[in-house]
Amino acid sequence: MSLDAKVPLGPLAEKWDKRKFELKLVSPANKRKVDVIVVGTGLAGASAAASLAELGYNVHAFCFQDSPRRAHSIAAQGGINAAKNYQNDGDSITRLFYDTIKGGDFRAREANVYRLAQVSGNIIDQCVAQGVPFAREYGGLLANRSFGGAQVSRTFYARGQTGQQLLLGATQALERQIGLGRVAMHPRTEMLDLVVVDGHAKGIIVRDLVSGKIGAYAADAVVLATGGYANVFYLSTNAIGSNVTAIWRAHKKGAFFANPCYTQIHPTCIPVTGDHQSKLTLMSESLRNDGRIWAPKKQGDRRAPGDIPENERDYYLERKYPSFGNLAPRDISSRAAKEVCDEGRGVGQSGRGVYLDFAEAIRRLGKAVIKERYGNLFDMYQKITAENPYETPMRIYPAAHYAMGGIWVDYHLMSSLPGLFVLGEANFSDHGANRLGASALMQGLADGYFILPYTIGDYFASHKKPRPAADQAEFKQGEAEAGERVKKLLSIRGRRSPVSFHRELGRLLWEYCGMARNDRGLRKALAAIPSLREEFWKNVNVLGDGDGLNSGLERAGRVADFLEFGELLCLDALTREESCGGHFRQEHQTPEGEARRDDAKFCHVSAWEFKGVGQAPVLHKEPLAFENVSLTERSYK
Amino acid sequence: MNLKLRIWRQKNSGAKGYFQKVDAKGISPDMSFLEMLDVVNEELLAKGEEPVIFDHDCREGICGACSLVINGVAHGPERGTTTCQLHMRHFKDGQIIVIEPWRASAFPVLKDLAVDRGAFDRIIQAGGFVSVGAGGAPDGNAIPVSKNSAELAMDAAACIGCGACVAACKNASAMLFVAAKVSHLAALPQGQVERAARVERMVAQMDQEGFGNCTNQFECQAVCPKEIGVWFIAKMNKEYLKAKICQ
Ligand code: FES
Repeated sequence: MSLDAKVPLGPLAEKWDKRKFELKLVSPANKRKVDVIVVGTGLAGASAAASLAELGYNVHAFCFQDSPRRAHSIAAQGGINAAKNYQNDGDSITRLFYDTIKGGDFRAREANVYRLAQVSGNIIDQCVAQGVPFAREYGGLLANRSFGGAQVSRTFYARGQTGQQLLLGATQALERQIGLGRVAMHPRTEMLDLVVVDGHAKGIIVRDLVSGKIGAYAADAVVLATGGYANVFYLSTNAIGSNVTAIWRAHKKGAFFANPCYTQIHPTCIPVTGDHQSKLTLMSESLRNDGRIWAPKKQGDRRAPGDIPENERDYYLERKYPSFGNLAPRDISSRAAKEVCDEGRGVGQSGRGVYLDFAEAIRRLGKAVIKERYGNLFDMYQKITAENPYETPMRIYPAAHYAMGGIWVDYHLMSSLPGLFVLGEANFSDHGANRLGASALMQGLADGYFILPYTIGDYFASHKKPRPAADQAEFKQGEAEAGERVKKLLSIRGRRSPVSFHRELGRLLWEYCGMARNDRGLRKALAAIPSLREEFWKNVNVLGDGDGLNSGLERAGRVADFLEFGELLCLDALTREESCGGHFRQEHQTPEGEARRDDAKFCHVSAWEFKGVGQAPVLHKEPLAFENVSLTERSYK
Repeated sequence: MNLKLRIWRQKNSGAKGYFQKVDAKGISPDMSFLEMLDVVNEELLAKGEEPVIFDHDCREGICGACSLVINGVAHGPERGTTTCQLHMRHFKDGQIIVIEPWRASAFPVLKDLAVDRGAFDRIIQAGGFVSVGAGGAPDGNAIPVSKNSAELAMDAAACIGCGACVAACKNASAMLFVAAKVSHLAALPQGQVERAARVERMVAQMDQEGFGNCTNQFECQAVCPKEIGVWFIAKMNKEYLKAKICQ
């Protein structure tokens, strides 16, 4: 199978307009006859489901949460980027495009990223119209801040709850369509498999989590907006339920998985306190606008931070990256924190932490200003750690946060499996090897409000296959297989909990495929994962029955998929023998310890084709052509 | 620390519930309340007993999924805190802790501590939005919004839809939830066109779902993890009256 990205020809700035004109349309009368399944109700899924329904399609939307409003986009704190140039500080579509391409370490598709920057402004307009309470200036205009390493102020925000407010906007649009009867909403329903008919994605198999009933839904196309897989590390900033199952199942049914090794480790999270830890909490990196990051110069310095004099502190980001300082991009800041801790200069009980200090900002701006800017984040920190960050510096450490990798999609957001569209974090498309702050919300909403609604029509107009019935053989078989799997999980009755397997897998991956990776470690992980998977299927313990709410069963199914996916993650990391963005191979670094890309050999997307569990997948390469930017070393010094 | 738990168990909506006594041993004060329940669940599982079902997801106080009544108080003893953000350092060694689900007829128990809050979504469906489809919105700065209005809207919009307000109210009233949504959109110029219809429809749906009336006990405000003020209820009542009079 060849990888045709379907990028339009012509000048970068005209590609999207040109393509919009070329795309075939579906007439309003015919839209009513088309059914679309949308799985996931975060920013990408909710905006897509609402927009498709507004166009007149019949939508079935699914989420495993009890309400669409609870999808994990809700937890995004910092903001959303848009090239509005409201601040008159030199921003433009081209600059947002360039920053995003460079931030992604030149591993994303130019045309996709440019389009993202183009529609970014429309997103803000749409959200404002919905009543998203963005921060305002005294004159009533929208406020902006600079965020995550950008040198212009292009980030729009709603206190520290931007994701929540954008998601409420999107899910309210969705609820409106549900009320109008154009979307059938299926909450507490988990996708267990994809159904493919004659080579096209035509439906899904689901489990109703309340009744336990397994069922099938048929449609003319399937849209997955099921988020990222950072929970493969067990501890991450993701919600407990976030999982890889939907996209992994789609991958097993033929959709290529792209760049799984591009995972983002976020630099500012609250450090781990013990084995009981179930998740890690992110402290928005907007804190880095005013906080200064430091560690003691001396190894094993156990003094309280206040007792360490100024000249014995190492403000290592400011020292190493004088022009970006504390705002250096996420991958760089995370690695720098790891290095400091590896040198034995980490702080806190575990020694895995560095300080994020507001003392200077409080002196300069006053406590009231800091409170206005970050009050809710400070409160959250205090709740979790019982320490007061106004008085003593926060302790932070990197944690798994976001997946840049995901299902391979073309310019139309369609996967290698016709009829299967993948949006938001679940696809691989726009962030390359590293995502910049405030870009995830932008991408999710761009995909759902402004890209998919155009491209999906072209698929319907070009493939006029009748919609299969949900009781046709492929669906019956899918239901039977899913039912068998549930039965199997319930019948093992081994000695270990699903969580214990998840924790062990996470430790393996964090150790060998986390912030720094090398050949030996990756091979170790690749040897260990299959035996852990084997043990899982012999020794996992899931109690209860399949016909009701059963959180152990849900967890076990997700862990089983993580145990397969983890192997692909490591294999991809092993194969990519260069360092780029969030993927740092220790064999490939400059003498100063910075990432060293290898554009001659690795300027491509790695798209993997599934060949069977335990079988070697096949690697397909989509070359990345850069016609508008020149590949430079990504320097933030 | 060691704790004596009394956990509500109920097989399904139709079944009769009961309190199960469980001892939680070796709990660290740094654990969150849900992490303590994780430990309990791992132990139950090891003993061959079915783990306790409870709703949760983000575990950082924003998704609104977690929903436990702890010693009679929705979300437990800490003010302005969701269950997932409540830490065990607020409890004493040896303490008895009673854990129950939200109790309201509009929120039927599904199993153990998990309830069905679909009624909230149906209230939003009735009118909790601005009717603008994707595309065609004017430039974001074409609609100036005073900083005060934006702040007020944000105070109301901070609601996470957890339902603690309902659980805490002796009448199981959903007024604080509905008031928060109505006030959020009424505070903004974008919400003006549908202002009257919105409040009428949302209140009608609220009544239809079987939520009780507000009798000004203010329990809702006391347990709200986002500390949304009861004065929003007064604001909604005004909105409602105005809508009815204008009709
Ligand atoms: S689990 Fe999300 S608010 Fe508690």
